[in-house]
Amino acid sequence: MSQFAQYLVSGLSTGSIYALVALGLALVYRSTRVLNFAHGDVATAGTFFAFILLGLKLPFVLSFALALVFGAGLAMAFYFAVLIPAQRREATQLSQIILTLGLGLILQGLVSYFGGTEPQAFPFPLSDTKVYTFGGVIISQLSLGTIGIGLLTSVLLYLLVQKTRIGLAMRGTSENLPAAQTLGIPTRQILALSWGLASLLGVLAGLFLAPALLLDPFFMMEPFLKGFAAAILGGLNSLPGAIVGGLIIGVSESLAGGYISMAFKNTLAFLIIIVVLLVRPEGLLGKEFKERV
Amino acid sequence: MALLEIEQLNISFGGIQALQGVDLKLESEEILTVIGPNGSGKTTLFNCISGVYQPDDGQVHFEGESLDGLSPDSVAKKGIARTFQNLRLFLHMSVLDNLLLGRHIHFKKKPLQAFFRIRPEELRHRKIVEEIIEFLDLQAWRQARISDCPYGIQKRCEIARALAMEPRLLLLDEPIAGLTSEEKEETAYHITEIRGRYKTAILLVEHDLKIASRLADRMIAFELGQIIARGTPEEVQRAPAVIQAYMGDE
Repeated sequence: MSQFAQYLVSGLSTGSIYALVALGLALVYRSTRVLNFAHGDVATAGTFFAFILLGLKLPFVLSFALALVFGAGLAMAFYFAVLIPAQRREATQLSQIILTLGLGLILQGLVSYFGGTEPQAFPFPLSDTKVYTFGGVIISQLSLGTIGIGLLTSVLLYLLVQKTRIGLAMRGTSENLPAAQTLGIPTRQILALSWGLASLLGVLAGLFLAPALLLDPFFMMEPFLKGFAAAILGGLNSLPGAIVGGLIIGVSESLAGGYISMAFKNTLAFLIIIVVLLVRPEGLLGKEFKERV
Repeated sequence: MALLEIEQLNISFGGIQALQGVDLKLESEEILTVIGPNGSGKTTLFNCISGVYQPDDGQVHFEGESLDGLSPDSVAKKGIARTFQNLRLFLHMSVLDNLLLGRHIHFKKKPLQAFFRIRPEELRHRKIVEEIIEFLDLQAWRQARISDCPYGIQKRCEIARALAMEPRLLLLDEPIAGLTSEEKEETAYHITEIRGRYKTAILLVEHDLKIASRLADRMIAFELGQIIARGTPEEVQRAPAVIQAYMGDE
C-alpha cells in the first residue's frame, strides 16, 4: 500500500510538470487553433536564460522572475512579428503551426550555440536529495515544491480566466473572435497575452524540471511530448482537461514504471491515451465548439 | 451634420460589384430600414460600416470622423454596435457574461483594474446590464448558458449585448427573421422602445415588409448593390423599381 502511495506521489510530481506544459499548449490552442511546437524550446530558452543569470550571481527569485518574463516576451514578440504578418497574408492554421516549428528549431540552435550542448547541473533553492517522510511515503523537497507550484498555478490561472475582466475577454476571444471584435475587444492584444502567459507556464515547468534532470538544449523534448499528449487527453481546448491529463499521464507512467517495468513507463501512458481517444475523441473534458451555419 | 454619412461606397469581390455608388445619411435617433432581395448588398453595407470589409472606395463618416481603415474593434469603440443575421454569441457563456462582455469598451483602462473587479465600477456596469435584462424581459434566462436558450431568446440576447455597449448607432441585421409571429411583435416593440430609451439611431435590415415599414422613419431599397428607391416606407413600397425587384417583370 505504501509502495502504491509512493508511486502515486512521484507520479503527481512529474504530472504537475506535464500539466504546466499542457496548460500552455491548451491556452494557445483554444484561442488561436494553433499547436505551438515551439513550446518546449521556448521553455528551454527561458530556463537557460535563468541559468545564465544565476551564473552572474543574481538571486534565485530575481533570475526566475526575469526568466518567466523573458519566455513570455519571446512568445509575444513571435506573435506580433511573425504570426500577425503571416495572418495578414492569409496563412492557414497549418502554415502557422509550421512557423512555430521553425521558431522551435531556431531557438534550439541558439541555445546550443550560446549554452553549449554539455549537460549541466541546474542550481535550485529546493533540494532533490533532502527528503521528508509522511506515513511511510518519502517525498523530496523538490517534488513537494513541484506539486505545490502546479497547484498554485492552477488556482491562479483559474481565478484569472474565470474571475477577472481580462479573463472574460480572453474567453470571449477564444470562443468567437469576430463577435469579440464587434464588441470592441482588442483581440490582438488579448491573443498576445495568451501566448505570453502560455510560454510563462512553459518556462515555469522548465525551471522546476531542470534541477531534477540535467540542463541541456533538449531537456524539454520529452516533457513537451508528454505535455502535448496530456493536453490532447484532456481535450486541447479545456484548461481543467490539461491539468487532469497531465496528472493522469504522470501517475500512470509512474505506476507502470514501478509495477511492470521501467521499459513500460511510456507505453502505458500512451496506451491510456489511445483508449480514451477511441471512446471520447474530443478528449476527457473537451467540448466541441459548434457553430450555427 | 448627420450621425452617419456614407458617400459613393463601392466594393467588389472578384468581379462581382457588391456595392455600387451607395450614398446614405442617418440622423441621430432615426430608424432607417434597408430592404432588398437576398444578395442585394444589405449585409455587405453593414460589414463596410463596422470595419469587417474595407471598401474599394467611398467614405463612411460617423459623427464627422472617417472610419476609413479602422478595424472592427476600433469601430465598436467609436459607438457603433451590431447584431448578426446568424447570431454571433458566446454559446458556452451565460447570458449575463455575454452582456458583461458588451461593457468591455467602457471599462476603465487602468492596468490593475483589469485584473480585479473593482467594486464601485463593477457595480455600475452590472447595474446597466441588469437594466437591459429587465427592459428586454430576459430575467428568467440571465444565468442560463446561451446554448441552452431557445432561438428567440438568443436573438434577443444579441440585441441586449449590443445595447450594453451604449452605442449611438445600432446596426440590426434581420432581427426578426426566424421568429414566431408573437416574438416578432415583441421585438418590433423593443426596437421602437430602444430608440426612445437609449437615444440610439438604428439602421435595420429586414425582410418582413409589413413590420419593416411600421418601424421605419425612412426606408431604402437595394438591388444588385445599388439603391433603387428611398423615401418614406409608403413611397418606397410604391416605387416601380421596388415592385419590379420584388415581383419580377410583367
